[in-house]
Amino acid sequence: MKIMHNALIIVYGFMGIFVVGYANAELLSGYEFVKPETQAMQDDDFANPGLYAVDAGEELFTQGHGPAGKSCASCHGDEGEKLDTRAIASYPVYNSNTQKIISLQQRISSCRSQITDKPLVVNHPDLLALETFVRNRAHGEVVNVATDGPVAGLLEKGEALYKTRYGMIDMSCHHCHSMYPGKMIRGQKISQGQGNGFPAYRLDTGEITGMNQRITQCLNLMSAEPFPSDSEEIKLLELYLMSRSNGLKIETPAVRY
Amino acid sequence: MNRSVIIFIAMLSASLSLFAAVANAAVDSSETLPPPAYCQWEIKNFSIDDPLCGLTGDAKRGKEIATDGSRGNCVACHVLPVDGIEAFGTIGPSLIGVGKRLPVGFLRLRIVDTRRINPMSIMPGFYRDPALIHRPAKNMIGRTFLTAQQIEDVIAYMETLK
Repeated sequence: MKIMHNALIIVYGFMGIFVVGYANAELLSGYEFVKPETQAMQDDDFANPGLYAVDAGEELFTQGHGPAGKSCASCHGDEGEKLDTRAIASYPVYNSNTQKIISLQQRISSCRSQITDKPLVVNHPDLLALETFVRNRAHGEVVNVATDGPVAGLLEKGEALYKTRYGMIDMSCHHCHSMYPGKMIRGQKISQGQGNGFPAYRLDTGEITGMNQRITQCLNLMSAEPFPSDSEEIKLLELYLMSRSNGLKIETPAVRY
Repeated sequence: MNRSVIIFIAMLSASLSLFAAVANAAVDSSETLPPPAYCQWEIKNFSIDDPLCGLTGDAKRGKEIATDGSRGNCVACHVLPVDGIEAFGTIGPSLIGVGKRLPVGFLRLRIVDTRRINPMSIMPGFYRDPALIHRPAKNMIGRTFLTAQQIEDVIAYMETLK
């Protein structure tokens, strides 16, 4: 009996190692790495400062343009209820006709060009607000970026950029966000660098921040020359980062450090 | 409480949390001057025995550099035996007693370019050849992360941690 008992302990021990190993590779939202008070702020619709951007986006969404007074809401409903939430959670997407990666901001921008001839550039506050509103419609939807077909090759390029060292601090995204999540850098826990909460309200800058901008801020922190906001590199990084979040739920607007 | 008051409090706490800032980019106040000449260094038996540019370090200055978020910022990742630091990072090993564990030349190599020992290390090379840095920020082109004098100061400080 004693031998059986010892054998069982050994078996449970191995299972424990397996479970711990699995937990380390587990997909975790940035929510799991922020402080409890930050989580509480995100969860409270009255305290989450990101909801200001959602409100601003809703206003722009329903704003009429041209003599016909057509707005985004004319097609998609006053609260965007006719939008396909699963499609929203699949951005960035690859357009095989133009052979280009299309971010959600670009998709909104091109859709919007049907009702107004005043285009908004990437990261324009109005476009960011619209993106925040639209992504917020898909709150709780599972991120589902396509990874097959022509996208596979692009993701390899994105991963290579993710694993490239940049700037004076000379680190890659991979170093912090794949090798050391959960460790502390001064008073903050390093996250897995997931995209499911973006656009997110950042406590550090006090602003609603898109993925594209967050990548730039990270590169600046590395004392590196950032990629232009419309460059191929930043689009590939954005695509790769969001594909890593496949399976996590959209939290826009998340509250992050 | 109405929403704007709550948002105001949120913003206030956000600006306060700025003080708990993470690793600041290494931007030295001397950045407006042209970059100082880069001194070559040599590794022998996993050690850089000769001080960079033949300089002598100052432990007191080294302690300031090591704990300053805009310069060495060692505390972003390591524990140091100093008071008044709100939070230490846990990425690298503790540096308490490091002067006892590592000969000075070993310490110098680890600060100058630890990747010569561990190619996958997350730790920045604080005195790598500027030509090896990929996409440095414009104001840092041709520079090292810390100057040779700052490196020697930090080494002198680490030597006191026994």
